[in-house]
Amino acid sequence: MIEALGIWVAAGLTLAIMSFLYGDNPIYKFAEHLYVGYSAGYWLIYTWHFTIKLMVIQPIAEKQPGAIFLVIPLFFGVLMLTRWFPRIAWISRWSIAFTVGIGAGLTLTGAIHGYIIPQVKATILPLWTGNGFSSFNNLVIVIGVLTTLIYFFFSRPHTGVLGKTSKVGILFIMIAFGASFGYTVMARISLLIGRLDFLWSSILKLVHFF
Amino acid sequence: MLKKQIPLAITFITGVIIVITFFIPHPPFGRLQQDALTWYSVIFGFTMLLGVDSLVRFHYRKLRRREKGWWFSIIFYGGFLLSFITGVVSEVRFGDAFNINSSFMYFYNTILIPLQSTMFALLAFFIASASYRAFRARNIDATFLLVTAVIVMLGRVPVGYMLWHKLPNLTSWILNVLQLGPMRGIMIGIALGTVAMSLRLILGIERTYLS
Repeated sequence: MIEALGIWVAAGLTLAIMSFLYGDNPIYKFAEHLYVGYSAGYWLIYTWHFTIKLMVIQPIAEKQPGAIFLVIPLFFGVLMLTRWFPRIAWISRWSIAFTVGIGAGLTLTGAIHGYIIPQVKATILPLWTGNGFSSFNNLVIVIGVLTTLIYFFFSRPHTGVLGKTSKVGILFIMIAFGASFGYTVMARISLLIGRLDFLWSSILKLVHFF
Repeated sequence: MLKKQIPLAITFITGVIIVITFFIPHPPFGRLQQDALTWYSVIFGFTMLLGVDSLVRFHYRKLRRREKGWWFSIIFYGGFLLSFITGVVSEVRFGDAFNINSSFMYFYNTILIPLQSTMFALLAFFIASASYRAFRARNIDATFLLVTAVIVMLGRVPVGYMLWHKLPNLTSWILNVLQLGPMRGIMIGIALGTVAMSLRLILGIERTYLS
């Protein structure tokens, strides 16, 4: 019975969201507010369980090595809550500064180590591999990377050779955007098919139940 | 001093320490980058509390003032209390709210999953209307975008294979070769921009986050 009720609710909410196709209406607004409210509560529980409980309380309770340093984020986390008190809300800037510092430090090393070096390394390809097709592919990749980078180089006016190269770059970029767009459309369509399939199978399940 | 200089000093010291630890992969520095990610999540947890509090207050104000559509705020509170209470009860009962048999997960599967996936599925219709505007071949650039998107869309469904049996191969070639170059160029550009912004933040040149 509880399973059938769940199917009814899920199917009803699916239709409520889809009713937006008709226009903004009270049924959609109902589902939308339920979504926002439920998500807010869900993320509170999620944060409690996966962050506070598993990342803070458990390591401290089990006296794991280095657990004492968790006092640092706890301290800055509590400082963040000073935003509730307008007179001392400025203290929360210390927490923001701390997270910005961590983020900047991690991003600086991460971007160089994780993106720039591997991507440049992967682009240094042999232009003749002994196979005509793979050589052509490598050439296309190298030209694509270089012309795209030149298109985004705004320190000089795009005239002459630079202008012509950046024109080739924009064509490559349009192809990439077109491919990404087509890929995204198909992904969304497959999600839609999934929801329609759910509705259809729900009806079949309910017919079977009754 | 307390409002400007100390935050700038905190950002500088934290940023520099994190960068230095990358180059010293030995204890106690080696683990610091990993620990920093945990610290980041813990502080994020507190900001989540602030965010949810702000949302709850917003709907409380709406209810109190009987603003237009105020009764939807009751639905908001209904959803919020349902997930929060079932979460707390499941946490106490199972020791883990995310236990597959908990009431929290039952409502998660019954309410959140259908709402979330239908929201995303709905985008298919809006993408279709966006395609209509984007796919008008007004110039050579838009024509390239149109042709590539159509090939990729057709190449990923059976009807594409029925139209021309090599269309899926052409789609794979576009995704793996033709798209790879520009995407790599864009990624390198983004990474370079990120490095520049990180340096500006650490050195205190970029201060907008303090305003």
